Amino acid sequence: MADRQLQLVVAFLSTADAMAFEDAARESGLPGRLIPVPTQITEGCGLAWKTDCHERQRVVRLLETNGLHGARLVELELLR
Amino acid sequence: MIYFDQSATSLWKPEGVAGAIQHALQTGGNAGRGAHGASLASGRMDFKVRRQVAGFFGAPDPAHVIFTSGATESLNIALFGLVEAGDHVVTTWLEHNSVLRPLYALEDRGVALSIVSPRTDRTVRPVSVEDLRAVVRPATKVIAVTHASNVLGLVHDIRAIGEFCADRGILLVVDASQTAGLLPINVAETGIACLCCSAHKSLLGPQGLGAMILGRGVRPSPLLFGGTGADSFARSMPESLPERYEAGTLNTPGIAGLGAAMDYIEGYGIGNLHAEAMRLAELFYQGAIAIPGLAVYGGDPGNSTQARIPVVALNVGDRGSGEVADALWQSAEIAVRPGAHCAPLVHKALQTVSQGMVRFSFSHKNTEQEVGRALRVLEELAEEGHGGGR
Repeated sequence: MADRQLQLVVAFLSTADAMAFEDAARESGLPGRLIPVPTQITEGCGLAWKTDCHERQRVVRLLETNGLHGARLVELELLR
Repeated sequence: MIYFDQSATSLWKPEGVAGAIQHALQTGGNAGRGAHGASLASGRMDFKVRRQVAGFFGAPDPAHVIFTSGATESLNIALFGLVEAGDHVVTTWLEHNSVLRPLYALEDRGVALSIVSPRTDRTVRPVSVEDLRAVVRPATKVIAVTHASNVLGLVHDIRAIGEFCADRGILLVVDASQTAGLLPINVAETGIACLCCSAHKSLLGPQGLGAMILGRGVRPSPLLFGGTGADSFARSMPESLPERYEAGTLNTPGIAGLGAAMDYIEGYGIGNLHAEAMRLAELFYQGAIAIPGLAVYGGDPGNSTQARIPVVALNVGDRGSGEVADALWQSAEIAVRPGAHCAPLVHKALQTVSQGMVRFSFSHKNTEQEVGRALRVLEELAEEGHGGGR
């Protein structure tokens, strides 16, 4: 049985926003990676960043400092 | 071959361009269509070049850089997306059909169109702010200008026009097909609403790619509708940039090639690229006006009072421009562009509709020897036109 864990998911409005966030996350050392946006957040497709729940404040700060507006932050049980 | 057709497309590409295209072609998935490595590789490449283009042209941010199939698509999005029946649009006599034909189609749909033309004394000059002031109305929504004429090399003062537009709340659409990569352009500082360009001319990238760079807050209606990789159950195109205008799969190999080309341009210096090509254009112009029987259009590219791009158009006596271009190719493998250059109003104004013009357009990769060779062939053609003697 795969191990599931509560994760913070950041769903972006656009691929460009996802790519900009990935760059910013790597520069700042924020852990995580891009994943297909979970269907619990939105139907259809798109990209999201998956990271640890305790990174919420860093995520919010990165979104703000990079002008990435409209991203949704959701905590979900996901495969590690 | 001696290639003097830079205004049609750049033949010489920086060393890294082909490799970047090939690498993207062989390793890239479909950007924004999933989160597997191949898709993300393309997404990362697209974003890297988007950011590069944004910095190069002073876009508000990378999301305001919209990749298109070329300047024509960019201009169609801008014009059809910003203008509707009842609006008034102003454009100029120097425009390419990529501006004129969308505007004529809009005119048929109830848009009022004013085309600012040169004075009746056949003065050859770009359109000034004073010319525009004379035709704008309260209903003027858009002023659409080419940054530089693809036939005569004349350059519009888009900074002054941008200030004029900003003062009146008019949206400025700029066709930078001939200047992107050759003259500095800053969307934010110039107050441009939509900057439209292709990748394959002076940006030295591949054909089949262009960009529309939006000013802050400018939102034309989309022209294309289709998949964007996100929000799939919505009936309409997303509001978010750049996806709102990028229906369908992006040309990531082309985008990768553009990125490599821009690396070269940024390293070489846009000012150096322009200055070196202009020196050759001026050399050619001075040689051409000294040949009896040649009509050279557009004035002296070396005239320091007016910015120019390295383009010189001419005719040899009353010979058709196609015949002259073919003779240049057949006798010396000199590649030039004859005909009307998709700029009908220039030819109507200069009374060259039936003859066309022979356009020589230069790049920093041309040489003085090539210019000299072209001048010698033109001299021979001019002599032939006079029955072999002078």
